[in-house]
Amino acid sequence: VRGWLEANHPGPTPEGDEAGFEFRRAWQRKLNERGWAGLSWPEQYGGSGATLFEQAIFSEELARASAPQMANTLGLTMGGPTVIGHGTDEQKERYLAPILSADEIWCQGFSEPQSGSDLASLKTKAVRNGDEWVVTGQKVWTTMAHQAKWCMLLARTDPSAAKHRGLTYFLMDMEQDAVEIRPLRQITGEAEFNELFIEEARIPDENIVGGENNGWAVAITTLMHERAGLAFALQVSVQIALRELLERARESGADRDPIMRQRFAQLYAEAQVLRLTAYRGLTKLQAHGAPGPEGSLGKWHWAEVNQSLTELALDLAGPRAQLVDDPWTYRYLRARANSIEGGTTEILKNIVAERVLGLPRAQ
Amino acid sequence: MNFDLSEDQQVIKRTAREFLGARYKLEEVRRLALEEERGFTDAQWEEIAGLGWPELAVAESGLGIVELAVVAEELGYACAPTPLPSTWAAALLLDAAGDAERLSGGRRGTVAQWDEDTDGAPDRPTLGDDLRGVKIAVPDAAAADLLVVTADGGRHFVVDAADVEIEPAETLDTTRRLYTVTLDGPAADELTGDAAAFSRAWHAIAVMTAAESVGLAQRAMEMAVAYAKDRTQFERPIGSYQAVSHACAQMLLEVEGARSAVLWAAWALDHEPHTAAMATNIAKAYASDCGARVTASALQVHGGIGFTWEHDLHFFLKRAQANAHAYGDARWHRDELAAALFD
Repeated sequence: VRGWLEANHPGPTPEGDEAGFEFRRAWQRKLNERGWAGLSWPEQYGGSGATLFEQAIFSEELARASAPQMANTLGLTMGGPTVIGHGTDEQKERYLAPILSADEIWCQGFSEPQSGSDLASLKTKAVRNGDEWVVTGQKVWTTMAHQAKWCMLLARTDPSAAKHRGLTYFLMDMEQDAVEIRPLRQITGEAEFNELFIEEARIPDENIVGGENNGWAVAITTLMHERAGLAFALQVSVQIALRELLERARESGADRDPIMRQRFAQLYAEAQVLRLTAYRGLTKLQAHGAPGPEGSLGKWHWAEVNQSLTELALDLAGPRAQLVDDPWTYRYLRARANSIEGGTTEILKNIVAERVLGLPRAQ
Repeated sequence: MNFDLSEDQQVIKRTAREFLGARYKLEEVRRLALEEERGFTDAQWEEIAGLGWPELAVAESGLGIVELAVVAEELGYACAPTPLPSTWAAALLLDAAGDAERLSGGRRGTVAQWDEDTDGAPDRPTLGDDLRGVKIAVPDAAAADLLVVTADGGRHFVVDAADVEIEPAETLDTTRRLYTVTLDGPAADELTGDAAAFSRAWHAIAVMTAAESVGLAQRAMEMAVAYAKDRTQFERPIGSYQAVSHACAQMLLEVEGARSAVLWAAWALDHEPHTAAMATNIAKAYASDCGARVTASALQVHGGIGFTWEHDLHFFLKRAQANAHAYGDARWHRDELAAALFD
């Protein structure tokens, strides 16, 4: 893998949304020719059937080579595994190949303005009309919405049921006028996320994954996959960023400052612990089959480490930290979201307390 | 690739947990810590020697540092007062010089490391090679048959315990007796071996101590979680308050992290010598902080009862804090790590 990456590395990702996206799409296709886009997917669905460890080593190699991101991250890490786990044969036939080839990009419609951590309280509703569903509501924090063909949409189909029980997991076609996409500008100044305004969008019955009113269970596996899969790749990117920062400290002479040396050593230790705990998590996952609540520990720890890393970078920059002339400013700002996206640190601590330690539910 | 204990290692862990749990109930830990002169009984030592545990530190046993760390973690979990770790420390250094048989037959040893004027760096002893001076904070010296004494220039000497003056010191952690040892040029044999072997022995000693701290923290966390489920205030178990439950979750994060680091370092000492130094520095730094923080946080979760002499938590807190400062503290290990990263 390492040799192949050296020979085929496409160079730095170009600036600009559209150019960057096309670049990442081409990169994903190149990897997919070798069966590496869906490395862990079963071979019958176009993957390589790799074990979790092979997948982990592959992520480490990609990160070591500073390879670009693939274009269809959400489809690969969440959508595909969900269809493989809960979908019908027809759905597997229809959706999986275009995810791998990045011909169809996926986005996620879970969070709503009034339903963040309390996701199950979401209000977007879907009403049956013959053999299709009519969907109305609002979604937020949707990445890649303008490139996406399919949205993993969680909507309320039984308003009379308890809040976790009345939800259904749909695949919504984004190419319809009833779906309006508005970019959401974030503290970095860019618009990585979007809001979706959905006004009587249509979804055919066959686009339900995992059965009517069973959306919560399906969504939870998606989230667990997100945490288990992304957690590993994310810890690798921490190692890369840290190496870069160590180099910068050497160049600036900060490596001779005793306090900076302590901070670097502490961060290096934390980053190693993050890596080791991720591997121990994989060992467990491999032994027990399904990702467990321990994945929450990794995601929470990663957010802390990544935030400390970017804070150290600003301290290293000294007075220049006031200027925006270096990628670490963006990374620092972007890292503020790490403890919010994919489960806030507070929710993750609740999960660890209740489901790993067995403490009583918070009221 | 496997990042978990092997079957055999899990058997060792379970056996140690059961044995130590039966022999070192907290009443017994308290009795040994507060009443027994040397902090252990001959019968207890004979039983431990009978299990073959002292030989875990010796390469000839066929077991490695991972197994040593597994048992050390259980010693911490039980908070067992025993001269086993100090004997392991001596055995590791003797073994580096091919001299491990000096401790055969259940003999006990210890390492006299800290000079009276130490600057806190464990690798810079100041005692001259005439061996005239004072070593402080020497664990279990009164129970030892021999001492490994560190001297200027990174040299190691073996002296007979009968040839030095040993005075008990008042200690933060009463589950481990410490002594002031005065040397007046006793008869001594210098240990000779290659520097890499001694360096490995010192790393193994640090990892052993870090492993013990993981066990101490694990037990303190379990005590805190059990108490948070049981204790009711404002008509609710206190563990249902996030201020309390999140503190417990934080303990788990740190304990699991420290355990990962310790097992990695132990594994590296057995299988990957070129990463062992760095892994050891990470393990000892991380586990030192973890032990001190988790036991302190567990005390906070217990509230007033945790601050009392009758409650057992203070034994864990004190031993974790003492461990954090034995064989190089977190700051020193981070300094070493920084040197490896930058210099």
